[in-house]
Amino acid sequence: MKNPLDSLWGTIILGLILTVILYYIVKALAGG
Amino acid sequence: MEMLPGIYRWIHILAGIMWIGLLYYFNFVQGQAMKAAQADGTAAGISKHIAPRALLFFRWAAVVTWVAGAALLGANFGAAFTFGGGYEKIGMGAWLGTIMLINVWTLIWQNQKKILGIVQASDEEKNKARRVAFLASRVNTMLSIPMLYFMVAQTHIAI
Repeated sequence: MKNPLDSLWGTIILGLILTVILYYIVKALAGG
Repeated sequence: MEMLPGIYRWIHILAGIMWIGLLYYFNFVQGQAMKAAQADGTAAGISKHIAPRALLFFRWAAVVTWVAGAALLGANFGAAFTFGGGYEKIGMGAWLGTIMLINVWTLIWQNQKKILGIVQASDEEKNKARRVAFLASRVNTMLSIPMLYFMVAQTHIAI
């Protein structure tokens, strides 16, 4: 499987997915 | 003294623009241009004259950004890094920025020194350094997306 970080779009999409995951982690940390 | 937080924020944003701006330059512009430049034999101009200067401002802007950010957090530094009450969002941004700073000074800069010939390295070592520096730079580009979200979210986005 190709490393998504080898392409700019793959990097951006991973960044957006990570943002969503971290959003829910921060929400849980904030007691939400 | 009450002006200080505003000045720290101003410096944090100025240096942050330089840092992340150069990170995006490396990933969105120079990396693509290098391929074309290697094809027509003009890559030496980029690696000799542009990349070292860009890397100089890049790695020191990262330090200034982090130090100004830490100064801005002030007494709340510990609360942010331990996700204390009310500091969860900026804490996440601060952790991501810290990981990115470590990446800059360890993986990216140490390997770029080999690639640019600042330190001696064999061709095999240079090839390995190229891949590690590239991936570290891409990881930072990826991390910059949630990092900027959480930096802005602390005061501007409700979660």
